[in-house]
Amino acid sequence: MLYDVLIIGGGVIGSAIARELARYEGNFCLIEKNEDVCTGTSKANSAIVHAGFDAKNGTLMAEMNVKGNEMMGEVAKELDIPFRRNGAFVLCFDNKDLNSLQDLYQRGINNGVKDLQILTREEALNLEPNLGDSVVAALYAPTSGIICPFALTIALAENAADNGVEFKLNTPCEKIEKTDFGFRVYSKNEVIETKAIVNAAGVYADEIHNMVCDNKLKITPRKGEYILCDKKVGKLCERTLFQLPTKLGKGILVSPTIHGNLILGPTALDIEDKEGIDTTREGLDDVIAKASLSVKNVPVRSAITSFSGLRAHINHDFILEESADNFFDATGIESPGLSSAPAIGIYMAEMVAKKFSFNKKADFNPVRKGIVHASELSNEERAALIEKDPAYGRIICRCEMISEGEILASIHRTLGATTLDGVKRRTRAGMGRCQAGFCSPKVMEILSRELNIPLDEIKKNGENSSVAVGKATKGGI
Amino acid sequence: MFNLKENYDIAIIGGGPAGLAAAIGANEAGTDKEDILVIERDVKLGGILNQCIHNGFGLHTFKEELTGPEYAGRFIDKLLALQIPYVLDTMVVDIAEGENGLKLITVISKENGLKVIKAKAVVLSMGCRERSRGALNIPGFRPAGVFSAGTAQRLVNIESYMPGKEVVILGSGDIGLIMARRLTLEGAKVKVVAELQPYSGGLKRNIVQCLDDYGIPLKLSHTVTRIDGKDRVEGVEISQVDERLKPIKGTEEYYKCDTLLLSVGLIPENELSDSLGVKLSPITSGPVVNESLETNIEGVFACGNVLHVHDLVDFVSEEAKEAGKNASKFAKFGKTNEENVIALIPENGVRYTVPSTICPENMNDTLTVRFRVANVFKNKYVSVYFDGERVKRTKKLILAPGEMESVVLKKEDLLNKGIKNIKITLED
Repeated sequence: MLYDVLIIGGGVIGSAIARELARYEGNFCLIEKNEDVCTGTSKANSAIVHAGFDAKNGTLMAEMNVKGNEMMGEVAKELDIPFRRNGAFVLCFDNKDLNSLQDLYQRGINNGVKDLQILTREEALNLEPNLGDSVVAALYAPTSGIICPFALTIALAENAADNGVEFKLNTPCEKIEKTDFGFRVYSKNEVIETKAIVNAAGVYADEIHNMVCDNKLKITPRKGEYILCDKKVGKLCERTLFQLPTKLGKGILVSPTIHGNLILGPTALDIEDKEGIDTTREGLDDVIAKASLSVKNVPVRSAITSFSGLRAHINHDFILEESADNFFDATGIESPGLSSAPAIGIYMAEMVAKKFSFNKKADFNPVRKGIVHASELSNEERAALIEKDPAYGRIICRCEMISEGEILASIHRTLGATTLDGVKRRTRAGMGRCQAGFCSPKVMEILSRELNIPLDEIKKNGENSSVAVGKATKGGI
Repeated sequence: MFNLKENYDIAIIGGGPAGLAAAIGANEAGTDKEDILVIERDVKLGGILNQCIHNGFGLHTFKEELTGPEYAGRFIDKLLALQIPYVLDTMVVDIAEGENGLKLITVISKENGLKVIKAKAVVLSMGCRERSRGALNIPGFRPAGVFSAGTAQRLVNIESYMPGKEVVILGSGDIGLIMARRLTLEGAKVKVVAELQPYSGGLKRNIVQCLDDYGIPLKLSHTVTRIDGKDRVEGVEISQVDERLKPIKGTEEYYKCDTLLLSVGLIPENELSDSLGVKLSPITSGPVVNESLETNIEGVFACGNVLHVHDLVDFVSEEAKEAGKNASKFAKFGKTNEENVIALIPENGVRYTVPSTICPENMNDTLTVRFRVANVFKNKYVSVYFDGERVKRTKKLILAPGEMESVVLKKEDLLNKGIKNIKITLED
């Protein structure tokens, strides 16, 4: 099969482009090197839909961010995923910095961000009573929002797949050859032929780009460490609290998540290793120290996990262009990439469609139905659901109250889960305060049963991440 | 299908050792079996004991050494003999206060769907959970192969699968110690047990029988400072810690391993209690209770590890039986006397007491007050003061945080004596 377009990378950008391309007639394929979509930068970030005041005026970053933010409400509705405009503050800690706050306000206005305001300390405190003592003023952006990055990425991918885009997982791009029809892409066990390529490979996008293009790119993975806290402290603030840069350096955020936890982070450290998603003592300490400026009583003891993610940093704007003949780049997508994803999807799909004169498809269905979260239903609805499908009456993850029905649904749907992390990102089973202590053996059993694979071949995520390592046979206590 | 009634006198949340003993206690105190319901979320009764296949249970209660399932079996047999109703595979998703003091308990299960049942009294016996890696903020990667000790125990003992072959254990809580031995017997190599504190959090007998007997080193004042391995654990770094429990630079040692087990503490599982408005103690993370093991919400009782983490299941059973009896009394007679309340004050190395208040009128002839100490102490006296006057003094050769302590108070010493507070303290 000769594809019209091959997208490389199953993160939020690749998946958004796939969904937008699916509106056109053509043979489209997305390859992802890992076992699932949403396993790189898209899985570990601040989960914020930025308002768009941060990017420099006139950049693609500014344009995509503001447009993506505007689109997000409708996209979330179509894809049946949670999204809330909780608003954001940028906190200013020193009267000397008020000019910078004003600059940020002006930059936001120029970028087209709506409803920006500068608040005095008192006005800010009225809205967020737990602000730190050194806050002197704040820029308020009511259009800023919070979203689940797993839900967005997976939903975009599912909807693209349901509309005909072929997804090939565990399919890394190892080599690209230019041919008379386009490109030949070599993966582990197969060769894929395509007329065009869209490069959405995140921190690896430079390597893909450099396989084809003469001008070489270098992406620097910029590591950000985060701490996630228990839902019981999720109401420490209602809005996302950013910081104006301080003498401690670039600030970090404190924010509720869409699921009601509290997130603190990220640090920013340029590294070499593109898989270097480890956390460090220094990094986590830094997060806590800086968070303590924004809010009083940072609930360090309520941490339930810490993690780090990598931003694909190129040191200027997003690169959204046809870099070589029929080779399209969506690279250098660092923050605000998640916020910009819906807009980048349209921008890239239109660019490719125009080049190849694709026709719009009549039967594209933008609506995707998510997994029912039974614990969010009313008693009557939940009772009816259990009557229809009793699996929704058995709780597997007691922290997040996730039922067997939800886990089964996550396995048996388009691009269904095959690993513990796959189930977790689709249902939240294992994402609560016990961090999968109780539910992981049960989820493993369900995966083993439904996918008909032995329990010791169930993976946490990638190929080498088996959870159990063989039968216990010796006996004895 | 088990036919759930709409009304019960007593609903018992959890069918582990605490719930079972509470149900039996309630029935023995006179509540009709049909008016009691035990609600268990797992597919069988017995709770966490089902995966504790080692022996050492029941020395106090039965004067013999039983395995966990055997110990649970004794109580399950009794429950069955008494024909006390129970539901399995059923989760309580909410408890709320209804009209006339009735508690509304929302349960869901495959079999019965979603039901709201009403109970005059509730016994909280949901047990506890393990602290996770995230709560410790251990830096490094997040690979497969990091387990809480109990999860690994379930994997080996219930599913019959090995969590790994080369193991490092962080924390010397009892489950971690038990798992060190268990995995060794299954052919795994347990390289070291690291303990943050300068003393072990587990029972002395477990250190001897599970580590010493197998030559497994225990490193006190050490912690894991880094986890290596992107997909599966490849090794961990262990460092010594100073008096403030902070890692000391330059003391790092690297252990190659494929598995890290965490046995770093248990937390009473009080999400339901919290949503009902039950007042929790910041020390135990369990409900604050009076002499009847009743929480601040009238008719809601607590026992077992949801109340405070116990060292021996025998004490859970003992305590839970009392809670069941008291719930029975409440269901029959309603509100208990709340006058002449005496406050219990833990001091000088005594971290907490359960209960924390006593109303002598409601006491049985004797009351066991349980507590834990904050450190290892040698040659100390456990002293009891009534309004500043020492009334009791017991010499202890050794006191350790891993072992629960108790003092017994007599009703006749407290009733109508006008006592305002009772202090329990350690003295030289």
